[in-house]
Amino acid sequence: MLAKRIIPCLDVDHGRVKKGVNFVNLQDVGDPTAIASAYQKQGADEIVFLDITATNEHRKAIIETIEKVAGQVFMPLTVGGGIHTVSDMMALLKAGADKIAVNSAAVDNPDLITKGAEKFGRQCIVLAIDAKFNADTNQYDVYVNGGRKKTTLNAIEWAKQGVGFGAGELLVTSMDRDGTKSGYDLNLYQQLSRAVSVPIIASGGCGQVSDFTNLFQQTTVDGALAASVFHFGELKISTVKDQLRKDGVIIR
Amino acid sequence: MIIVIDYDTGNTRNVKKALDFLGVSNQLSADPAKILAADGLILPGVGAFSKAMDALISRGLVPVIQQAARQGVPILGICLGMQLLFERSFEFGQRPGLSIMNGQVVPIPDQLGVKVPHMGWDQNQVTRPDPIADPFDQQFTYFVHSYYVETGPENILATVDYGVRLPSVVRRKNVIGIQFHPEKSGDVGLAGLTKFKELIDHADYSRN
Repeated sequence: MLAKRIIPCLDVDHGRVKKGVNFVNLQDVGDPTAIASAYQKQGADEIVFLDITATNEHRKAIIETIEKVAGQVFMPLTVGGGIHTVSDMMALLKAGADKIAVNSAAVDNPDLITKGAEKFGRQCIVLAIDAKFNADTNQYDVYVNGGRKKTTLNAIEWAKQGVGFGAGELLVTSMDRDGTKSGYDLNLYQQLSRAVSVPIIASGGCGQVSDFTNLFQQTTVDGALAASVFHFGELKISTVKDQLRKDGVIIR
Repeated sequence: MIIVIDYDTGNTRNVKKALDFLGVSNQLSADPAKILAADGLILPGVGAFSKAMDALISRGLVPVIQQAARQGVPILGICLGMQLLFERSFEFGQRPGLSIMNGQVVPIPDQLGVKVPHMGWDQNQVTRPDPIADPFDQQFTYFVHSYYVETGPENILATVDYGVRLPSVVRRKNVIGIQFHPEKSGDVGLAGLTKFKELIDHADYSRN
């Protein structure tokens, strides 16, 4: 059986990791390759790079970053942020990425998912969704542009459509939980798991080891993504995995 | 020198990066002369079987790889590269493969309640001890595939349990196939590539 995945996420700006990572023995706290290597040693199953470079002329920085990381780190690499075309995808995959995550650009142009899936295979195309609970409708709304702009889409319906367009995996962030350290939004992932059959990565809200256990025991998601708890050393991936094993979760 | 056969498939450069990282002398090439003179060959591959066969045929590489196999050159097929070693695939209709090993490529049955593609880290069990498969016993490695190989137990060195028992490492004399991606499986995967290098270095062992 497949192991559940623990996935750190790095925000990269102009080829540098934006939120400084606080590891012992890490000389350059902003170097994506050094950080990714450290996470590989800790037992990360995959790494997500989110390119937050704002200007288009510096877009090639992320390609150079992935090229360097892929020469030193030998595990699956997912890249998202500002990917608008199949040729953007091609450049990143050639540099060593394994999967491409699309978010706002896929909402604007769902054909991007289909074109990418046809060219590189579904397993390469991850649909990233930022979801926020709407108490008036009792549903989850989809937000784009880094969570700044609300759309008319329902997150569960958009997830189903995205899979229909060709997405091979979903990376779904709960905006309500993001940064709160109050645990993953189990209700959201239970609804998503019932709606689609592709792998789902949960993101947003993890603050302690038991949040991972709850997520994997109470939903069927395949992976858990986290950033700050790992970056600031509050949790070590190896500690999380030891506990998950004790709790009977299949872990690498 | 290891030649990584370059026929424009997805993971070629990642395989090269892993060999470079290990300090293993290697080169990407589709040149028949270089392929036949190589100490060892790696056939990478991701994507569709039929398209990959088209790419090998258009480069005139099918008889070259078959000849290298007959000459005893150690050959490692990775992921789709492993599947191409077999007689035929049933991905989008039937298509002949390189026929270097006996067996065929069939879809992973999804009615067993497993997700297809089989994507992620899964645990290998060695079924026949062999230097090339031993580093993977009980270890998790990274898989991405929707089809798998059906072949005789005499060819299977390791399997994973995914509803059916999927062969994860196969071997027939000098020809080896690995269904997962050693170039994406962390230290365990790199250890497997190192074993392939060691097998090449022991020429008496490989050229039998």
